[in-house]
Amino acid sequence: MTAAVGLGAGAAAARSAAPGTSSEAGARTASPRRRGRSRARETLAGYAFLTPNLLLLGLFVIVPLVSAVVISFQRTDGFGTGTFTGIDNYARLATDPVFWRSTINTALFTAIVTPLSMLLGLGAAVLMNSVLPARGLFRSILILPMAISGVATALIGVLVFDQNNGVLDKLLKFVGLPAVEWQSGGAAAFASVVIVTLWWRVGFNMLIYLAGLQGISPELYEAARLDGAGGWQRFRFVTVPLVGPSSFFLLIMNVIYSFQVFDIVFVLTGGGPQNATSVLVTYAYNNGFVTRDQGYAAAIGVVLLVITLVFTAVQWRVSRTRDLVD
Amino acid sequence: MTDTYRWRMVRVALAVIISIIVIFPLYWMIVVAFSSRADLLGGELRLWPENLTLANFERVFAAFPVVTWFGNSTAIAVSVAIITVTVNLLGGYALAHLRFRGSTVLFLIALATLMIPVQVIMVPLFGLVTGLGLYGSYWAVILPTAASAFGLFLARQFILAIPRDLIEAARMDGAGNWRVFTRIILPLSKPLIAVLFFMSLLQTWNDFAWPLIALKQNALFTLPIGLLYLQGQFGADYGGTMAFALINVLPMVLLFLVFQRYFVQGFARSGIR
Repeated sequence: MTAAVGLGAGAAAARSAAPGTSSEAGARTASPRRRGRSRARETLAGYAFLTPNLLLLGLFVIVPLVSAVVISFQRTDGFGTGTFTGIDNYARLATDPVFWRSTINTALFTAIVTPLSMLLGLGAAVLMNSVLPARGLFRSILILPMAISGVATALIGVLVFDQNNGVLDKLLKFVGLPAVEWQSGGAAAFASVVIVTLWWRVGFNMLIYLAGLQGISPELYEAARLDGAGGWQRFRFVTVPLVGPSSFFLLIMNVIYSFQVFDIVFVLTGGGPQNATSVLVTYAYNNGFVTRDQGYAAAIGVVLLVITLVFTAVQWRVSRTRDLVD
Repeated sequence: MTDTYRWRMVRVALAVIISIIVIFPLYWMIVVAFSSRADLLGGELRLWPENLTLANFERVFAAFPVVTWFGNSTAIAVSVAIITVTVNLLGGYALAHLRFRGSTVLFLIALATLMIPVQVIMVPLFGLVTGLGLYGSYWAVILPTAASAFGLFLARQFILAIPRDLIEAARMDGAGNWRVFTRIILPLSKPLIAVLFFMSLLQTWNDFAWPLIALKQNALFTLPIGLLYLQGQFGADYGGTMAFALINVLPMVLLFLVFQRYFVQGFARSGIR
């Protein structure tokens, strides 16, 4: 059910809208002329009601999107009008090591954070769906990070992961483990971004899975138990397939989130050390608003957009094949 | 029997461990916010505050316009929530109950805009906001943030579930679309309005990337931007930073806990954050 809400939702919505329209037309048996006039009025009303939302979206999203593509072919200094330089910006990207580093980091971050937050989310959801005292309290605690701002989350990360005087390294030393150089080590810094992100995001994944789990009939588990299925088998062959729609929805949401991760990286590491945690959105920000290379920043943005579109198109195809198979 | 008992103990232990991991960073923020500077500089591991103090808060309030920033955050978040919920409800009604050419395409385009990260459009958006003369006012943040299809889908789904008979009956009585919307749809949509309002409020209150670009004057900062600015000034003064982080976080945490039902519904149904 929740899966219908994501971006695949468009397809479902389009499909469900079609039959409604035809039965509607069949049910109304007014004369053609009256029907024509009322339809014109309905069209007018439809646009009138939709206009405020469309106007805002058009002005503050679509128009800037189109000009971002235009600017990506220009060379601009400061905020003046640019001069067209063809594909210069894109050619520069191809040989820019920081751009490649940021692209690889974005992909790596996505490949690590997406499965981990889904796995941990599913595990927590199964736990929270089982018989447990004070379940409501545990659930409230697990989703609490969702209310915390990204900046505050990242700053708490700065505090906890501080390699000079941070509580985490003190705890590690206390239990006899070596302290980690969370700021000066590239891999460690990357790991700290992943850990903070997981802390922030797992609650959301759990919530979606919890909604999915609550839709599974207990009789299915009973039937599986009677067939001699153990705990792991019931999880593997009943739970996992039946939360499929939730998994699919979360896959899309997590990937799109990961492509756009900004707050945590910007505040926690600033992309450092030596670009070890730089991602596409932070690199675009640095070019656009720090070094003021606007055309170049726009080109990075367009690349990010194309990657997102390709992913969505693939997902769309897969979801349609799934629909046909089911 | 004993086996199920043992498993229950395992589950409780797991739940407690996970909860501690989740709670600890928040607990630590509070400890640091109320600890003296001397205590924080000590090298040894200490997991609770030695000497409780309000000195960090006093320092933060003395050095920064905290009350102004709090007011900015409130004004911007409430304005965005009102505008976006209003336009989403209007649009949701059109998409749910009015049949017109192009509605599906427009709906799909609106949904697709949710995928566009602000970093893709930030350069021209900044130019646009400046060109419209919005730069230097709240509107530079409010309007682009309120331009969202967030909630449009939820509004459409919710309004679709309102029985058509109710609307047809009102039509028979000669009610136009505006009357149907204000007299029938709105009163029946209170739960939806609550969900959308809280979601939008939370999102805007915590928003970072666009306000960072659009708010350059100190007097206009929202709390997250102020928090980053303060950290830049205070550097390693974790006590002050965490005291202010607490001020940033507390209102939404309280709201979240009190109105958890609405947030959970909103997140579970929309999944957009």
